[in-house]
Amino acid sequence: MQRTISKLLEIRWHGRAGQGAKSAAQILAEAALAEGMYVQAFPEYGAERSGAPMRAFNKISPRYIRSHSPVLNPDVVLVLDDTLLGVIPVTDGMKEDSVLIVNTSRSVDWVKNKTGFSGKICIVRATDIAFEETGRGMPNTSMLGALVKVTGTVSLETVEQNIQGTLEGKIPAKVLEGNLRALRRGFEEVTCGG
Amino acid sequence: MVETKKLALTGAEAVANAMRQIAPDVVAAYPITPQTPIVEYFSKFVADGLVDTELIPVESEHSAMSAVVGAAAAGARAMTATSANGLALMHEIVYIAASLRLPIVMPVVNRALSGPINIHCDHSDTMAERDSGWVQFFVENAQEAYDLTLIGLKLAEHPDVQLPVMVNQDGFIISHGVEPVELLPDDMVRSFVGEREPVYSLLDVENPVTFGPLDLYDYYFEHKRQQIAAMEKVFEVFPKVVEEFEKISGRRYACVEAYRLDDAEHVMVALGSTCGTIKDVVDELREEGKKVGLLKLWMFRPFPKEQVQRYLYGRKSVVVLDRSASFGAEAPLYAEIKSALYESPTKPLIGSYIYGLGGREILPRHIRQAFEAAINGDLLADGQGYLGLRE
Repeated sequence: MQRTISKLLEIRWHGRAGQGAKSAAQILAEAALAEGMYVQAFPEYGAERSGAPMRAFNKISPRYIRSHSPVLNPDVVLVLDDTLLGVIPVTDGMKEDSVLIVNTSRSVDWVKNKTGFSGKICIVRATDIAFEETGRGMPNTSMLGALVKVTGTVSLETVEQNIQGTLEGKIPAKVLEGNLRALRRGFEEVTCGG
Repeated sequence: MVETKKLALTGAEAVANAMRQIAPDVVAAYPITPQTPIVEYFSKFVADGLVDTELIPVESEHSAMSAVVGAAAAGARAMTATSANGLALMHEIVYIAASLRLPIVMPVVNRALSGPINIHCDHSDTMAERDSGWVQFFVENAQEAYDLTLIGLKLAEHPDVQLPVMVNQDGFIISHGVEPVELLPDDMVRSFVGEREPVYSLLDVENPVTFGPLDLYDYYFEHKRQQIAAMEKVFEVFPKVVEEFEKISGRRYACVEAYRLDDAEHVMVALGSTCGTIKDVVDELREEGKKVGLLKLWMFRPFPKEQVQRYLYGRKSVVVLDRSASFGAEAPLYAEIKSALYESPTKPLIGSYIYGLGGREILPRHIRQAFEAAINGDLLADGQGYLGLRE
C-alpha cells in the first residue's frame, strides 16, 4: 500500500531499556518507508543498563529528511512504563495538539493529574495485553498498535507484514503470533480522552 | 544504473553490508561503542556463510590494525572498523599502514576521546589521525557511509594511490539512526571493486620484497616524499572513481558538495551529519531572503584546497563549524579553511565555531545563530565561538 502524510510527524518514545522502544521505533520506520514515506528512527543512549529510562525517536515525512537534529516538539509521545510519569519529564516540548499515549491500567484522569498535560491523552493496558498474548510483559507491540490507531500514519497491515518479515524464523512461531495479536489488541483497545 | 529498493537501515548496518559485498579476505576487529554494531552485523554475515572472510577476533585495536597490516602486506584485501579510544590505541599502526602504502579501508564511527569518558559523537578521534597519511572521508548520512566505503576501497587500491582510507560516520547519529538506504546488487559491487591486485606481496616468493625495514637518514625522507606524492595522486584518481560509481548508482560524489552556493554571500563550512541540518536552515534563511549556502567537505584528507578556494573566493563571509577542538590553537577545519583563503583576491570575513563536543546537541537555532553572526559582520578571524555551550 502506498500512502503519504501532509507534513512532518515527530514521535518520542519513553521507556525503560529492555522494553523494546528502540525496536518499535525501527518497525514503525520500516512500515512507513514501505508505504512510500521518508523516515528516521534513532534511540538515545545514556547509561546502557536494563531498566534505565531511555528515549527513542521517529520522524516520518512526505519529503526526504535531511536534518539530524533531535526531536524537541513531538506530535506524539508514547510512554511504555507508567512508573516514568512524574519521574521523567515526558511532556517536555509537547504542543497543544500533541497526543500522549501511555501504557497503563489506570485512567486518563490519573495520567492527566500525574503529568499536568492538558491535551489529548490515550491509554492502553499494553503490559497486561503482552502478558496475556505472549507470556512476557514486553509492551512495545501493543503500544505500536495503539499508535497506528491514534495517528493513522501507517496501516496496521503494513506493520503486521513488517513484524512478520523481520521476526519470522528468528523467534518461535507461537511468540510471533502472540506479538501480532498484541499489536491488534493495542490497536483495538486503546482509548482516548482529555 | 539499476532500480534498487530503499531499506530502513542504520549507518552501521549499511556499512556492514558494504563490507559483505566487498567480501574482504581478512577482517580483524575489536568491539568498541559505537562501532560495535558494524562488527556484530559483519560477524553474523560470516557465521551465516554470506561472506567467506577470515574474521579474526583480536585482543585489542592495536592488534586489529596490526593483523590487518600483515594481511594487506601479504596481498590480501583487509578491513577493520573502530571508534574513539580504539582508534587512539591503533595510532602507532595507523601510521605504519599508510607508510607501507597498504590500501586498508576502515569505517570509523566518530566518538569523543576520553577523558572524561563519553560514548557520544564528536570528531576528536579522527582529527588525531589527520597527519597519519590516511585518506579521510566524512559522511552526512547512512547512504553516504555505504557509498563512500565502496568508493574508498576502489580509490585505496588504485595503483597510483595505494593508501589507506578512513570513512568517518557520526557516532549514534548515523551509526545507530535508521534511515532509507539503497544497496546496490551484490554482483554489481563485486564488479565495481574487482579483485585486489597488490603491487607488492609478501607471498609472492618469485619477487621477494622487504616490508618494514630500518630506514634512517639515508632514505626515510625520500619515502615520506613519496607518501606526499601519493596523496596528491588522490585528486587525479578520485574523480574517475566517483564517475564510475555514478554510472552504476546514479549518485554523484566529489571532494566537496556545494549547497545553494551559486549566489551565496555567506557560506558555512562543515563536516558530517550536521550538514543535513544546515541545509534545512539554509532553506529557511533563503526563504527570508538571506543569501546563504553550505560547503560540505566529503574529503578532509587530502585537503581539497583548490575546490575550497573555487567555492569560497569572492564571498562576503565564511563561517566554519568544527566538532573538535585543538587546545591552544585554531580548530582543525577552521585552520585549513583560513589557510586556504590566504591568497584570496578579496578577503571574506571569517569566523570559527566549535559545537557538539561529546554529543552535545546541535539545533537549527544554533546554526542560525552562526549564520546571523556572519550576516551581521560579527565574525572575528582570530576568535573562536561556541554553539550550544553553557557559560
